[in-house]
Amino acid sequence: MSGHSTYNPTSGFGKWMDARLPIARLMHDSFVSYPVPRNLNAFYTFGGILMIMLVSQIITGVVIAMHYVPDANTAFESVHLLRRDVSYGGTLQSWHAVGASMFFFAVYIHIFRGLYYGSYKAPREILWILGVVIFLLMMATAFMGYVLPWGQMSFWGAQVITGFFSAIPLVGETVREYLLGGYSVGNATLNRFFSLHYLLPFMIAGIVILHVWALHVTGQTNPTGVEVKSKQDVIPFTPYATVKDALALVVFMIIMAYFTFYLPDYLGHADNYIPANSNVTPAHIVPEWYFLPFYAILRAIDFNIGIPFTEIVLIDSKLGGVLAMFGSIAILFFVPWLDTSSVRSSNYRPTYKVFFWLFVVNSIFLGYLGSRPAAGIWIPLMKGSTFLYFAHFLLVMPLLGWLEKPLPRPASITDAVLGKEGKETAAAPAAAE
Amino acid sequence: MKSIFIKIAAVATLACTVAAGSAYAADYPKNKPREQSWSFAGPLGKFDKGQLQRGLKVYTEVCAACHSLNLLSYRNLADLGYTEDQIKNYAAEYEVEDGPDDDGEMFERPARPADRFKGPYANDKEAASANNGALPPDFSLLAKARAPERGFPTFIFDIFTMYAENGPDYIYSLLTGYKEPPEGTEVGEGLHYNPYFIAGDALAMGNPLSDELVEYTDGSPMTVDQYAKDISAFMAWAADPQLEERKQRGFIVILFLLVFAGLLYFTKKKVWSDISH
Repeated sequence: MSGHSTYNPTSGFGKWMDARLPIARLMHDSFVSYPVPRNLNAFYTFGGILMIMLVSQIITGVVIAMHYVPDANTAFESVHLLRRDVSYGGTLQSWHAVGASMFFFAVYIHIFRGLYYGSYKAPREILWILGVVIFLLMMATAFMGYVLPWGQMSFWGAQVITGFFSAIPLVGETVREYLLGGYSVGNATLNRFFSLHYLLPFMIAGIVILHVWALHVTGQTNPTGVEVKSKQDVIPFTPYATVKDALALVVFMIIMAYFTFYLPDYLGHADNYIPANSNVTPAHIVPEWYFLPFYAILRAIDFNIGIPFTEIVLIDSKLGGVLAMFGSIAILFFVPWLDTSSVRSSNYRPTYKVFFWLFVVNSIFLGYLGSRPAAGIWIPLMKGSTFLYFAHFLLVMPLLGWLEKPLPRPASITDAVLGKEGKETAAAPAAAE
Repeated sequence: MKSIFIKIAAVATLACTVAAGSAYAADYPKNKPREQSWSFAGPLGKFDKGQLQRGLKVYTEVCAACHSLNLLSYRNLADLGYTEDQIKNYAAEYEVEDGPDDDGEMFERPARPADRFKGPYANDKEAASANNGALPPDFSLLAKARAPERGFPTFIFDIFTMYAENGPDYIYSLLTGYKEPPEGTEVGEGLHYNPYFIAGDALAMGNPLSDELVEYTDGSPMTVDQYAKDISAFMAWAADPQLEERKQRGFIVILFLLVFAGLLYFTKKKVWSDISH
């Protein structure tokens, strides 16, 4: 969609600046005249919501860091003194903690939207891959942030997650020691996690800029999956998308405010109100809700993989679980090539659509399983659910592309819109070109 | 399109909540906490100051023998409706260590409102050693640190009923839940059977309350049930002294956002009125 710029500075200063550093032109082209398909639905507002969430997390985080003490002896207390004795401290801390959950809530909708409408297909592979990188960085940031209040679940969560790295053959233990800054989770761990928790959001911001750049080169997808073909198909970002994104954002903030002010502990774990204690292991160590599906996949692999009929173990259950868990995220990188269908939008793929919703339900069920103990009936369920997760990417996506007969697609976005609206004339105002 | 939207919305709500509310499947507590009606529940909940004052009395005369209240200062008692002088007098009952003075000596002095609540023990080791090795937990956050699993689908309804009183319900139920162990249940040496306990059949703390144990002067019944309610409310306050302020602030914020969303909705409608989409 990169076309001619329509930015036209009128003031003297505007012209002077534009000849030297055309930043106003960049903003104008990216957020005012940028053409978006006219048929975007509510799910396309989550990109904007996520950008605001990132800014919100950075601002609240920077202020919290002014009060937080990254020391194993005082970290827990410093968080609670912030909540009790600092003006607006309780609100600030809850906003940041609930904000992390809402950030993931939004990113999951954003990812599922991308999967449903085939937003990863050519020419948007790089756009998609950058998104997966952001998701990975978010996970690292959220995990380290959860460790900082230094409660029981913080401490034991850090113990479990850093333990993954010790599963790496030969160098695992060494890697883990470097991560922890010692032989076990302690003050050194807390300090480096604090430092990294402060650093990573700015790296996310950097990748977000690339993500938006890539988006503005290829243009957005839309529910029909048909590329933009004429000026009729698009409308300028401002005012149309701006006002729509603003409405979606405010509705999103109502939900966030509800949790922040009325249920601030609902999304967290009660054990994190107990100070970290290396001598007392919680009855059940569970991660935050947004990691639970991956936690279920991790624990689904409870068997060694070896050469049949021999005692030789190639991959023990621990390494197997870790590989499966990282694999469940890494597989997202390959989605643009795993999906062999030439049709983008699931609206025109009747069979795939069913599998898509099965995948969504299965992912949520995996989350539920992640919160269950790895015992009894839950273990076979975890295995089955994990199999279905991978089958979606490795079997359904490649095979359906060949087997499925897609429905006829509209010739253009405008055709689709007019078809739906009846035969009324729908002249789109020219996206300032 | 509408139906898909509703589907995704439903699925997304579930995704957020299924995982969130369900901590883990546990065998304990055997009995779910009995839900009480608390004055501080709901969107405009407020603490009952009389109840908190009674709770403080129960804490001071019974619980404080073993349980500390480390994160609170005596000045926080202003929330309970006490005057500055009353707080000074309350604090002055306790001796705290201060110093070093000009000669380099540590010295004892009566506590002041700015001091933290003085705990019954010098440190955790002493506390544990005085209680058969079981450390009596600090009270500051206990009402938030105990949350028996709600189970599916209750934890989804909890979002809409705004249920956040899991902690006080648990404490109340535990304090009124001591009884003789049923046939066939072995209770360990020095432990006390209680089906409401979160981490086993029995706990180290014996039944701390009995009728007429603490003298109430406001005419409230001097029963175990009332004591348990009052101390639970007091602990809910101790764990979340900003609760009233938080809920009032939330009410205003959400009201503002609702009005703002309404205005934006009509603005959006107007802006998009000439576009088929």
